This record gives sequence, C-alpha cells and structure tokens, in this order.
Amino acid sequence: MLLAVVLLLLVVGTVAFHFLSPWWFTPLASNWGTIDLTILITFWVTGVVFIAVNLFLIYCVLKFRNRTERADYEPENTKLEVGLTVITAIGVAAMLAPGLFVWGQFIDPPDEAWELEALGQQWRWMYRLPGEDGELGTTDPGFISADNPFGINPHDERGQDDLLVSSSEVHIPVDRPVTFLLRSKDVLHNFAVAQFRVKMDLVPGLVTYMWLTPTETGTYDILCEELCGVGHFAMRGRVVVDSQEDFDAWSAQQVTFAETQALPPPDPTIGQALYGTCMACHGVDGSGVEQLNAPKITGLDEAYIAHQLTNFKKGIRGANEEDKYGQTMAPMMALLPDDASIRHVSAYVAGLPDEQAATTIEGDAEMGKRYYVTCEQCHGDIGQGIPAMGAPRLSGQSDWYLVRQLFNFKHGIRGAHPDDLYGFQMGAMARIFRDQQSMFDVVAYINTMPSPAEGENQIASLELNQE
Amino acid sequence: MAYVPIADRGQEMSHPHSWVTKYVWSQDHKVIAIQYSITAIAVGVVAMVLSGLMRLQLGFPDTFSFIDPNQYYQFVTMHGMIMVIYLLTALFLGGFGNYLIPLMCGARDMVFPYMNMLSYWVYLLSVLILMASFFVPGGPTGAGWTLYPPQAIAQGTPGIGAGILLMLISLGVFIVAFTMGGLNYVTTVLQARTHGMTLMRMPLSVWGIFTATVLGLLAFPALLVSAIMMTLDNLIGTSFFMPAMVSMGELNEHEGGSPVLFQHLFWFFGHPEVYIVALPAFGIVSDLISTHARKNIFGYRMMVWAIVGIGALSFIVWAHHMYVSGMNPYFGFFFATTTLIIAVPTAIKVYNWVLTLWRGNLQLNVPMLFAIGFIFTFTHGGLTGLFLGNVVVDLPLSDTYFVVGHFHMVMGVSPVLVLFGAIYHWFPKITGKMFSETLGKWHFWLTLLGTYSIYLPMHYLGFLGVPRRYFAFDGTDFIPASAEAANVSITVAALIVAATQILFFINVIYSLFYGKKADPNPWGATTLEWQTPQNPPEHGNWGDELPRVYRWAYDYSVPGAKQDFIPQNVPPEAVEKAE
Repeated sequence: MLLAVVLLLLVVGTVAFHFLSPWWFTPLASNWGTIDLTILITFWVTGVVFIAVNLFLIYCVLKFRNRTERADYEPENTKLEVGLTVITAIGVAAMLAPGLFVWGQFIDPPDEAWELEALGQQWRWMYRLPGEDGELGTTDPGFISADNPFGINPHDERGQDDLLVSSSEVHIPVDRPVTFLLRSKDVLHNFAVAQFRVKMDLVPGLVTYMWLTPTETGTYDILCEELCGVGHFAMRGRVVVDSQEDFDAWSAQQVTFAETQALPPPDPTIGQALYGTCMACHGVDGSGVEQLNAPKITGLDEAYIAHQLTNFKKGIRGANEEDKYGQTMAPMMALLPDDASIRHVSAYVAGLPDEQAATTIEGDAEMGKRYYVTCEQCHGDIGQGIPAMGAPRLSGQSDWYLVRQLFNFKHGIRGAHPDDLYGFQMGAMARIFRDQQSMFDVVAYINTMPSPAEGENQIASLELNQE
Repeated sequence: MAYVPIADRGQEMSHPHSWVTKYVWSQDHKVIAIQYSITAIAVGVVAMVLSGLMRLQLGFPDTFSFIDPNQYYQFVTMHGMIMVIYLLTALFLGGFGNYLIPLMCGARDMVFPYMNMLSYWVYLLSVLILMASFFVPGGPTGAGWTLYPPQAIAQGTPGIGAGILLMLISLGVFIVAFTMGGLNYVTTVLQARTHGMTLMRMPLSVWGIFTATVLGLLAFPALLVSAIMMTLDNLIGTSFFMPAMVSMGELNEHEGGSPVLFQHLFWFFGHPEVYIVALPAFGIVSDLISTHARKNIFGYRMMVWAIVGIGALSFIVWAHHMYVSGMNPYFGFFFATTTLIIAVPTAIKVYNWVLTLWRGNLQLNVPMLFAIGFIFTFTHGGLTGLFLGNVVVDLPLSDTYFVVGHFHMVMGVSPVLVLFGAIYHWFPKITGKMFSETLGKWHFWLTLLGTYSIYLPMHYLGFLGVPRRYFAFDGTDFIPASAEAANVSITVAALIVAATQILFFINVIYSLFYGKKADPNPWGATTLEWQTPQNPPEHGNWGDELPRVYRWAYDYSVPGAKQDFIPQNVPPEAVEKAE
C-alpha cells in the first residue's frame, strides 16, 4: 500500500513540478521556435508514456500484492507484444520525424546569411567581422602573435579589411540570418546562448558553424559549455542584438586588421616625457610609494600596462565608488589624451629596470601555495605572468597592492564593470579566498618566488642608457 | 578421441589448503566475486564522497576554503570515472558476473579459474594506480571523465603531469583485468553449462551479464587504443589527437591531429559502456521481479532478443554524444535515427516488467521494492533519453544540467537500485544469513526519494540552460536566484542520500555476524544457485554430481503444481501435483 501511494505521489509530484517549477526555457530570441516545438512534442509523447506506465505499475502493486490466489501463468502473448512494439515505434517516429526535419534546416544556413567569426581561447572570446568585401581572410595558428592575436594570414587580401573585436562583447543586427563560424586557438570550447537555443563546439584545427536569425533585440550571455580547463566557468561573453542602425554605428567603430598592423611602434622617449606626471606618486624609477598607495609598476608587460591605463581612462577601472585609490587614477588620465600616448608611456614603463619590491606583509606561505594552484594557470608557476592570457606578473610586485586588489576583485570593487575583459575572470577566481588571511597567505607565497632574472634587468638598463 | 562436453569432464578442482589460498589467492569464483565487490564498493564510497564535496561547493559556494576550481574539476573527473568504470562495471561483471554465471549455469567454476584470480588482482592494481593519482604532484586529472584532448594534456587543466598519465595507465590495466575476466565469463556461458541448460533456458541475469561482457570485449579496445594514442601524444609528441594550437600564448609542436577522432573512439567505447552497465541490470531485475512476483517473466524470448538487440544496436549509436562536437553534421540524421530505434527494444523491456507484475502475487520485500523502484527511475531516465537522442532537441539541452539529470537517473540511480536489490536478494545465498528487513526498507525509501529529489530538479535547471561542469554560476543574467535555492536543496538531498548508505553497511555487517540463519532457498526461487547442496555453496558448488536442468528458469505458479515454483533441476515426473 505504502509503495503504491508513494509511487502515485511521485507521478503526481513530477507532473506538478513540471507545471509549477520556476525553471523553464528562457524567452526565445531567435528563429528556432521549431526546436521548442519539437521539444514540446517530445514532452507530450514521453509524458503520456511516463504517466501510463507508472499508473499501470501502481495498479499492479495495489491489486496484486500478497494475494491469497496464485499468480497467473502466461509466458507469452504475441499479439500484445507485437501491438505494443508497433505503438512504440509510431510514438518514436512521431518524435524523430520533426526532429530530423528541423535538423535539416539547422545544418544548412540560408544563402543570405552573413558570416561572423567567434574565436575562443582559454578563457575568453574574440570576434571577427568581414569588412567591405564581405569575406573573412584565412587564418593559421602559426600567424598568432601579440600583434596578430587572431592569426590572420597577412598575405591574404581578403583579411585586410576584417573588423577585429577584441572585447568579449559582439553586436549583431536583428532579423538578419547570421552564420557563426567558430574557431579555437587552443582547446575545445562551446559557443552557447540559452536564448538562441543552438550551440556548437569550437575545435582547434577545424572551423565549425551554426546559424540563426536573432529576433529580439537585447543583450544575452554567451557561455562556454565544453569543459576547457580551470577557468571554464569564467569564460563568458555577451552578444548584443541591435537594430540595423545601432549595429552599423557599432561596427563603424571597430578597427580593421590592416589598421592594427599599420600602427607605428610606440616611442619610449615620448613616453619618458609623459611619465613626468606619474613620477609624483609611482616614483622616478617606478618602484612605487606605499605611503601614497601607489604600487610598483615596473616589471609588468607593456600590453598589461596599456590595458589598465585604457580601462582607467574609459572608466572601466577605478569608477567604483569604493575604489578610492583607483579613483585617483582617473583624473590623471587626462594627461594621456589618446591611445598613442598610452602606448608611449606603457613602452617606457615596461622598459624601466626592475627591482624586487620590499616585503611588507606576513602570511603562511605553505597555505598560500595551495591557493596558488588556481592562480598559476594564468599567472604562471613562478608568478612570471603570461601576456597571452592577459595575466600580469605577480612575483616581485608590491605585496600590499596585491592583497588590496584580491580584496577588490572578490568584493566586486574591481573587475565588476561589464566591459572589463579579464576582471570577471579574476572576480570568479578570487572566490577561492574566503577571508583576508587567505589573501595574505597567497601573497606571502608569491613573495617567496624568485626575483626577476638578473639578465633581463641588465638588458633593460642597457636600453634605458641608450635612450 | 570423442569430444566430451566440459560439463561431463571430471574437472580437477584444486581445493584450497590454507586460509591464504581460500580467501586471498583464491580461485573460487564466489570468493573472487566477493573480492571484486568489496573493492568496487570501497572505491565507490570514495567517488560518493567526491560527489558530496562537489555538491557542497555548488550548494554553498564561497563557504568551503578547501574546494577550489582545480579540485572541483578533479572531483568531477574522478567521481565520474570511478563510478562508471571502477564501481559499476566491476561490480556488475566482476562481482555479480563471477558469482552468478557458474552457479546459474550449473558449472563448478569459471572455465579458467587461475585467470579469473589474476583478473581480480590486476583490477585491484588498476584501482591502486588510480588512487595513487590523488597523491602525486598536481593531483589527479581534472579533464572531465571523458578525458577529451587537447585539454586533457594541455595547459590550463589540473593534473596534466602525473595525473593524466596515471589515469590512462590505470584504464589500460583495468582493461587487461576486464579482458581476462570477460573471456572467462563468455567461455563459461558458452561451454560450461550443465546438462539441459540450453541457451533459451538461461536466466535473464546470465543473458544480461553475458551480452554485456561481449560488448565490453568489443568496446574496451577502443578505449585502450585511445589511451595509448593520447599517452604517445603526451609523452613523445605524436599528433593523433593534437592539432597545431596556441596554448597560453605558445604555439605547440603538434600538427594535424584531430580532437574529434578521440571523441569517436571514446564514445565507440563509451556508449556500449552504458549498456555494459545497463544490460546486467536489466537481466538481474527481470529475475528479481519474476521471483518476487511469483510469476514467470512475461515474454521471455522477446526479453532475450531485446537484450541481444540492444547490445548490437549499442555499437551504432555512439555519436549521439557528439551532436554538437563539430563532427560532420550529416551524421546527425543517422545517429538520431539509430538512437531512437534503440528505444523500441528498451521500451519492450519496460512493458514486459510491468506486465510480469500484472496478475502476479507480489511479495513486497526489500529486493522487490528496489526492483519496482528501478522500474520507476528507469522509465524516467529512459524517456529523458529520447530528448537527448533526438539530435535537434539535444541542441539546447546538450552540456546542461538536463544531461546530468538524465544520465544519473538512467546510469546512476537505476543500476544502483538494481545492485542493492541484488545484494539483498542474494545475501542469504552468499553469506547464509538473513538481513534486517526494517533497515533494508529504510535504506530503500530514503535512497529512492532522496535521489529523485536530487535529479528531477536538475532536468529543469537544464531547460533553463544552466551549464554543467561549472564551479560557480555568478555573473549570468538568465539564471534566476531561485536556481541557487534549487542547488541548496539538491545538495541537502545528496548529503541525506549519502548518509543513508550507512544503513546499508550497518545492515550488511550486522547481519553477517548476528543475522538469522537463512534457508537455502528463502525466496522460493527456481534458478540453480538456490538449489546447491550446501548453503552458502562450497568450492565446486555442486558436491559430487552436477545438477541436470529440465525446464526454463521461470516456472512460477505453474497450474496444477503443488508449490508455486518448480526449480530448474526438478524433472517433470518429480513435480508434486496439487491436491
């Protein structure tokens, strides 16, 4: 009796849960309503079978438990068995036929679809749009470098006018079919937008594709849904579905591949002149002044410095009202009026000779080593930093500053701005620090790391002398 | 010399002479079965603890400082691999296969007892190698149980040094162990059945285990070669699976390898693996249902052909795991069709189980409760498989919690319910003692209700689009706060289910020492293992003379007979007539 009642409650509960649970498909924002319809058909067919089989089961348990009579003896019943087989086959066909029909549409993008490339790497997204010629240039992993992060073939004419989007956010126009060409620099990833319904893996060595027509304007999360390493859960992007006019305005702001290649190299001499302002807080040699809350800035790679300065300038960093030291950087940025000046000063700072910062904090380095297992995936096993990951050097930097930044990342004071490319990742990763002590511990461990190579310093100071 | 069937040969039994040869280096299939089972359950407890740690992180993020993303992915990986291979495969085939095949077929032992013994010790070695990876620098691999390259051996994944190497070596060693055991099971079923035990008189348990073993022998080599190829890619720089790629800003030295090729090899093993676990469960649950419903299994021949048919079809559905992998999209048509076709024989099995209950005389004891619980969970899990198998429906659901919910219902909860039912069912035979009904019932109810409240909500989180294999979900606009509440409740349910398993261990250990002495055939079952001269059966199983089989395994409630069951070894003339 108990069994029958519980089974009945489970069936009723399941059906009730289905209708009452707050979790259901996100509102559809693409043309793939046919997928939703196929799912509904599947739901009806399987739902009927689920209820029917279980009600029969419950009836049997109720009716035939602990009987005084003997059970029947009926080894086979060909008619019944064949009948059930036929009905099942019909039910299966009813689900399969529409499924295959819609699949046929999905794998065959319409001729009028425009092409957009989404490029994945651990653990971020980038995008490439065709330029005026409407075609994307060829690519190869061998071409990938700091100056050519997309690996575009520099000898391919079609690639010169490609628009490069280095932000994790991309815009597409509403109501125009688009084919996403998916490419990975490193491991497997997966491009998934819940509201679009469709998804596809990115496979290194292949270009995969999927297509859709966005039907609702709005901003949607892009999630990586193929395990791609420790930062998998932090690999996020955004797709903004715009009206055609907004899209045109946005795409007009993007740079072409040819433009990125034609930039003149930064001039550290100009940078040195611009550095005069910075000197007041960060020191003549860039070694930082703790009393002024100005960290050491030498030993960092040029791209990182330029990226942070740009973020300060655009209000992506230092705009949070709790970030009072970050806020002091914002007005300073008036002295660096354009991208060129940022590049010049970054080149100068990156070339300054580097000395290990003084140790000012104490913590349990042994404990810190355990936390650092997560950090080393991007920052390197000796804290050397990996520019390709957007991860700056940590070893030898101002330790008090590192602790403060960890605190800021964890509490959304830094990195929470939607346009902060790597800030989200750091915010997600800083979750591993449950309290202030754990941050001291990991920085204490970073303090034990070898100081920057002697040789590197000598080269840097030689160059400085020449200037 | 004329051919003498194995059953007729005076087989030389090397009876054990010491405690060591009886219980340690034992060649007795029953002792080996127990060794396999204890090892598998022990390693399964490790995997269960790992799942508890994962659930703690998901239910209560930012609370436990000992779980970081590295470890989380290591827990995910090791939990999956241990449960699928080292627990379920080993327990069904090494444990129940070993115990039941000779007894149910009327053989004295496996055909190759020495190799059978080796099989266990090699399996134990593979478990030790796997466990060793928890203690090496960098820890175990965190590539997910599917071990997809490039990330399994590329920067950014935990355990790319010793961890992945030990995992692949352990799998290789496991496959060696499985092959030694598997050849034994197949040969014993085909060659060592007793007189009168025709194939179509075998109990469905044997059919399920036999077919699963054949699948394993054909499928595991695909895993073995992919493990070897990945090891070569990793150690000496070949490019089977590794394409040219820029990892952490550095161009690697590989060129032209195909990550998708690995997925094909992996799932060519991986999908049959689902049935390597499911078919023994199907077989065993059929016998539990028939015995405790006091009624013959409905449509025996259809059940046999369904097992064989599912086994054969399971080799041509593998790429339904790869609909969004970037393989040639035209494959989708073929694999969706084959996958949905496999639903037909599977559905027939479910119909036949419930039709066996129809007009039966159900004894709702502990093994039967687990068997009926299985029908419920398997129906649920099987039906959600129709979503994922239908290629276009898979697009929104792939890689979400729907998948997690589905495969845990169908491959976790369902087989585990059968395993528990089977352990309770054969406990009196294996130990000679009865277990506690009360504890067994508590164990059943808490496990069934607990697991359902874990996995049902997961399906709906999947509809919402919540991705699997995420350490944390913050910063995602479409996931509402209520999903966090779901994660808390799932975690609480998971911890309750985990704690419930203590009841099982208490029951087993207590009953082993203080349990009531069991009758040789407490359930009134027809199959041969209940007809042994001693209980528990001794080495050699049958005393001086092998049993002779006169009928199929399901003569329950035969009209005109006095008792409501007629054992397989009772000749027609010896059947007592009803008054």
